Amino acid sequence: MTVSATETKFSDLTRMPDARGHFGPYGGRFVSETLSFALEELEQIYLSLRDDPDFQAEFDRDLAHYVGRPSPLYHAKRWSESLGGAQIWLKREDLNHTGAHKVNNTIGQALLAKKTGKPRVIAETGAGQHGVATATVAARLGLECDVYMGAADVQRQKLNVYRMRLLGARVIPVESGTRTLKDAMNEALRDWVTNVDNTFYIIGTVAGPHPYPQLVRDFNAVVGREARRQSLEQIGRLPDALVACVGGGSNALGLFYPFVEDDAVAMYGVEAGGDGVETGRHAAPLSSNAPRGVLHGNRTYLMSDEAGQVSDTHSISAGLDYPGVGPEHALWKDVGRVNYVAANDKEVLEAFRELTHMEGIMPALESAHALAHAKVLAPTMRPDQHIVVNLSGRGDKDIMTVAKIDGIEF
Amino acid sequence: MNRIDQRFSELKQQGRKALIPYITAGDPAPQYTVGFMHALVDAGADVIELGVPFSDPMADGPVIQKACERALKQGTRLVDLLEMVAEFRQTDTTTPIVLMGYLNPIERIGYEVFADKAASVGVDGVLVVDMPPEEADEFGPLLKARGLAAIFLVAPTTSHARAATICAHGEGYLYYVSLKGVTGAATLNAEDVAEHLAPLRDMTDLPLCVGFGIRDGVTAAEVAKVADGVIVGSALVNRIADSVDAPETIAGQLKSVLAEMRTAMDA
Ligand SMILES: Cc1ncc(COP(=O)(O)O)c(C=O)c1O
Repeated sequence: MTVSATETKFSDLTRMPDARGHFGPYGGRFVSETLSFALEELEQIYLSLRDDPDFQAEFDRDLAHYVGRPSPLYHAKRWSESLGGAQIWLKREDLNHTGAHKVNNTIGQALLAKKTGKPRVIAETGAGQHGVATATVAARLGLECDVYMGAADVQRQKLNVYRMRLLGARVIPVESGTRTLKDAMNEALRDWVTNVDNTFYIIGTVAGPHPYPQLVRDFNAVVGREARRQSLEQIGRLPDALVACVGGGSNALGLFYPFVEDDAVAMYGVEAGGDGVETGRHAAPLSSNAPRGVLHGNRTYLMSDEAGQVSDTHSISAGLDYPGVGPEHALWKDVGRVNYVAANDKEVLEAFRELTHMEGIMPALESAHALAHAKVLAPTMRPDQHIVVNLSGRGDKDIMTVAKIDGIEF
Repeated sequence: MNRIDQRFSELKQQGRKALIPYITAGDPAPQYTVGFMHALVDAGADVIELGVPFSDPMADGPVIQKACERALKQGTRLVDLLEMVAEFRQTDTTTPIVLMGYLNPIERIGYEVFADKAASVGVDGVLVVDMPPEEADEFGPLLKARGLAAIFLVAPTTSHARAATICAHGEGYLYYVSLKGVTGAATLNAEDVAEHLAPLRDMTDLPLCVGFGIRDGVTAAEVAKVADGVIVGSALVNRIADSVDAPETIAGQLKSVLAEMRTAMDA
């Protein structure tokens, strides 16, 4: 904790992390010794490849021909009009192969895995989108794939569980702790410590030990680079605001990062408000002012009790149901570059239904958090102002959850 | 002199190896822990590693995970654990105590407040599983300044260069993790351990203690031949798990497990 966050200027934010993986006081590599060598190895491979033109070209080729990038920037005219304020543009990550932004990162990490020559990959997953994206790249490269998923999430994301199995992955339900994403990550780390010689761990968000927060951000930054270019082409200028949901924070960082020095672009990170931040039943460490803490290899804001035990979280959305947040977001909160807010389950469902009805686009419940905040924000702005919302994923996987709320059984 | 250094120098003079039991504080309930600690000393413990229960013990297998769950269910907090140490010290002023756990509970109390309290109740060393030396540049000196040993892990995957760094920062003893995996995993391979310890001897005068995979007198004796100390955790915690319904029998069982190891090691 040697660097104080308040000394950090906006212009410094593009130069993070430092050589040891710290984002000001956050980030780092808080892992048991057995994993240190694997992380050093990963860091070396990544640093040697990130500026390598061949590696970049291969990554870009896969994104174009396998994922289907660039994803469109779509003007949600009808919805914008009904809200009566700013124009809302949707960055359509839902149209990616496998249905979410998660695949940008798994494509990148799969290329790294290939370089290490390890025959097996593992992943943790909440909503199952990262698990599906990992199972997908593993199938394509012929790698063995095990995915850890909290037992509670296995129940609420059955469709994705079956998708992973069809893709040839083994889905391992995790019964410990709160049986959600954090427990899946604990179990994946235990697997990795045991099988570190032959296994590459594909982490699904901008969390975990260094260098994961950095490389997951870099692989997802394609979202923001495209959105920036598309805004200039389609709007004729940069947008006034960006909005993205924040679980671990990868889709948000992916969108925000290329805009970080555009001071006139406001940014909103939307956390899972659950039953409402004031009830304590949520998954919103930043907007609830959770204390600093260390979990899963990094220091960040972390929901925990006075004794330092990690708190249970609550959210309608399995992909956001996590007590921590990527360390770079913690720094961006401190320096005030991003406004972190929360949307509660009820508001999220409303936004889910509204976009589906008015635009014919069914968003993932995670992404619907961003939409819920856009609904609040747009009416406070003028019709000649523009908001870009990261539509991080599609809602097919959530149909069962919504049906259940509607009292429908299949 | 720190009690840990004192103890290892005595053992060296006697030509004996250290036996270091681990139990999770507060398991199966806080009121038993101090009694267990005394029982372990009676059965031949040279140092006690007292586990700080944590909600997310990422480096532990199911046995210690469940121990953490039991302890947390009973509301065991780090501050309670420090009181247990204070109580233990009322009658035992010589057995070194090392707190072992994860960083977040310490981070929450605050490094300095924790270090002050730990030193004042009679803790001798601190091993934070998820804090390698690179991340200890603030916490390590705070411990040192109060005469508390910062103990670090070395793993089979640790490179020569890293091992040198760890040796340079480590105090008390080096904890060599005998296998790739979590606590309570398969049995260790003593030959493999010996091979890994040899280069460490050239780097440091710290005692080399080995943990993970030691389950009985046989494995303890094997390891004692090549190391300066033997750390045993899951084999003891298993006994606690099996007797949560008869907690009054646990101290006796812990004693017999440890006594068997002591006898085998000293033979
Ligand atoms: C569609 C979608 N959006 C967002 C998230 C949350 O992750 P992150 O905050 O890393 O973008 C998930 C995670 O499962 C997801 O599936």
